[in-house]
Amino acid sequence: MLDIQNLTVTVQGKRILKGVNMHVSSGETVALFGPNGSGKTSLLHTIMGFPGYTVETGTIQFKGEDITGMSIDKRAERGIGMAFQRPPAVRGVKLKDILRMCINRREDVDETAISRYVQKLNLDDFQDRDVNLGFSGGEIKRCELVQLLAQDPDFTMFDEPDSGVDLVSIHLVGTVINELLQRGNGPCKKIKSGLIISHAGHILEFVNADRAYVILNGRLHCSGNPRDILDNIKSKGYEGCITCLR
Amino acid sequence: MSTVAPHKKRKKAGRDPSGKKGDIDLSAYSGTAEKHGPIETLKQLPFDVKDKSLSVGIDAEERCRSGSFYQIDHSVLLSSAYAEGLEVMDINRAREKYKWLSHYWWHAVHADADQYTAQTDKAQHHGYFVRTQPGTKVDFPLQACLFIGKEGLAQNVHNIVIAEEGSELNIITGCAAAQAVHTGLHIGISEFYVKKNARITFTMIHNWSDQMVVRPRSAIIVKENGLFMSNFICMKPVKDLQMYPTAICAGENATVRFNTVILAKEGSTMDIGSRVFLRAENSRAEIISRALTRGGDIIARGHLIGEVPGVKAHLECRGLMLSDRGTIHAIPELEGRADNIDMSHEAAVGKIAEEEIHYLMARGLSSDEATAAIVRGFLDIEIKGLPPHLAKEVKKAVTMEEDLHLF
Repeated sequence: MLDIQNLTVTVQGKRILKGVNMHVSSGETVALFGPNGSGKTSLLHTIMGFPGYTVETGTIQFKGEDITGMSIDKRAERGIGMAFQRPPAVRGVKLKDILRMCINRREDVDETAISRYVQKLNLDDFQDRDVNLGFSGGEIKRCELVQLLAQDPDFTMFDEPDSGVDLVSIHLVGTVINELLQRGNGPCKKIKSGLIISHAGHILEFVNADRAYVILNGRLHCSGNPRDILDNIKSKGYEGCITCLR
Repeated sequence: MSTVAPHKKRKKAGRDPSGKKGDIDLSAYSGTAEKHGPIETLKQLPFDVKDKSLSVGIDAEERCRSGSFYQIDHSVLLSSAYAEGLEVMDINRAREKYKWLSHYWWHAVHADADQYTAQTDKAQHHGYFVRTQPGTKVDFPLQACLFIGKEGLAQNVHNIVIAEEGSELNIITGCAAAQAVHTGLHIGISEFYVKKNARITFTMIHNWSDQMVVRPRSAIIVKENGLFMSNFICMKPVKDLQMYPTAICAGENATVRFNTVILAKEGSTMDIGSRVFLRAENSRAEIISRALTRGGDIIARGHLIGEVPGVKAHLECRGLMLSDRGTIHAIPELEGRADNIDMSHEAAVGKIAEEEIHYLMARGLSSDEATAAIVRGFLDIEIKGLPPHLAKEVKKAVTMEEDLHLF
């Protein structure tokens, strides 16, 4: 699904990602751990194609196509979606307008799906509100997910979907992420893939990731069982990762 | 009744907004026009005139309308009212019919306020008289069109609108010029009198041409428990538009709301604002404006004056720059002249945040679609209490600019 080779990225001349190699297979969900400032969000923004993240070397391939120089909307069109950690408030643009625009790009559902999606995320009362304007932390996370339900990407990136979410809502957030990633669907073939950034790993109690990466100072250091890696981080901190690597 | 000179105490913003120095040479415009005969129905208007009128909310079929007034150049073609208790007529005829109208004539607006009021006092070319009888509630809007069909013409109209006690009236006024007309001058004096427990909703849509000079001069007096709501929309090119309607909350619990949505393209100058004097206890006022420039120059004014304790008012002025050229100069003013008043304002001028465009692009919208969605959202002001038929016209007028759909 996603194949990143030797990716080096600078932001305003400063090197943020250094020779990153990453692979996410079709149907696979991958977690990404790393301390603050290690490059987690920068990697997601680079995959999404935000200007300001200059690719100095390397390539990003999605479904076998080189998307390294592609615009954000073209990447979204090809099936990449993202739940932002801190999305901007867009004054004047209603949540239902965005949902409608996403739905209209699909052929498998019509606008009646909108009410189903907002009900699922307890956002009925938010449809006519300006997106993210005055939303609480938890509301923002649910608002991101409802947009992704409407968008239905093949590869979805979640940037800290559990931060600022209370214990009751995190169950809902986990359920919807599982739906988006076709987790818990039993033996049916999974096609959807995901990349989840989680600082504390709470969301992984609800979403079973297949694999995890650790990123430190712009470099991906290891890949392995998410629970093992998370347990190691919890007991030894990221210092432990560095020691482990030595 | 209270009176006010509509251009008193105004700050300067690059030029004299009062018009007293004569920023426009009135002699450059023709004061004579050929006479147009009366018509029995708006359906008799030429196709192109009907078409342009429709763009400013004037429906020749008169669907869901309580009456119509139509003036081309210096001729009143039609005035009709279909609702009981509603009068619509040529102001000159009304002045002959009702001698008491002299108490309202040049009362809210002063004839010597500036060269435009003076010019209209000297050479007035009709205008409309609208009045609702006490207790009359007119559901459908009355439509009034002031149209310029002759190149280079000066059209000086004087309108009077009276909502008698307990009555309710919705007006949609469309101001437009024929496709072939490029230059011209429109001066529109409008005096509104909202009596006790009465309400007027006044929606004005402009669609002139790129060399037109437009000078509306309006004042409104609102009595006890009365409500006046103005919605002004101009999304089409105009050379120079300057207006500063002034309302007085003269009775207890009087409410005034001004909503303005304007787009200035390159070559357009728009100096637009609203002012409210809160002169009576518990009076309320709200001024909301959305100014958009694609290369034109905008001065967005707003002035709230709280003169007695217990009044409440808010001013919101937002400007969006869609071009590196053009300017938006927001001048919000709050003036407290008593204690225990609650007045506030917020003003913001800027470009669309790139971050917002990128966010929508991540949902699959192209850069142009994302920009258009944000601009449409910016212009979509929530107008409280607007009847459905007018809400439809306002939405249509705001989105009629095709460019808003695709930049």
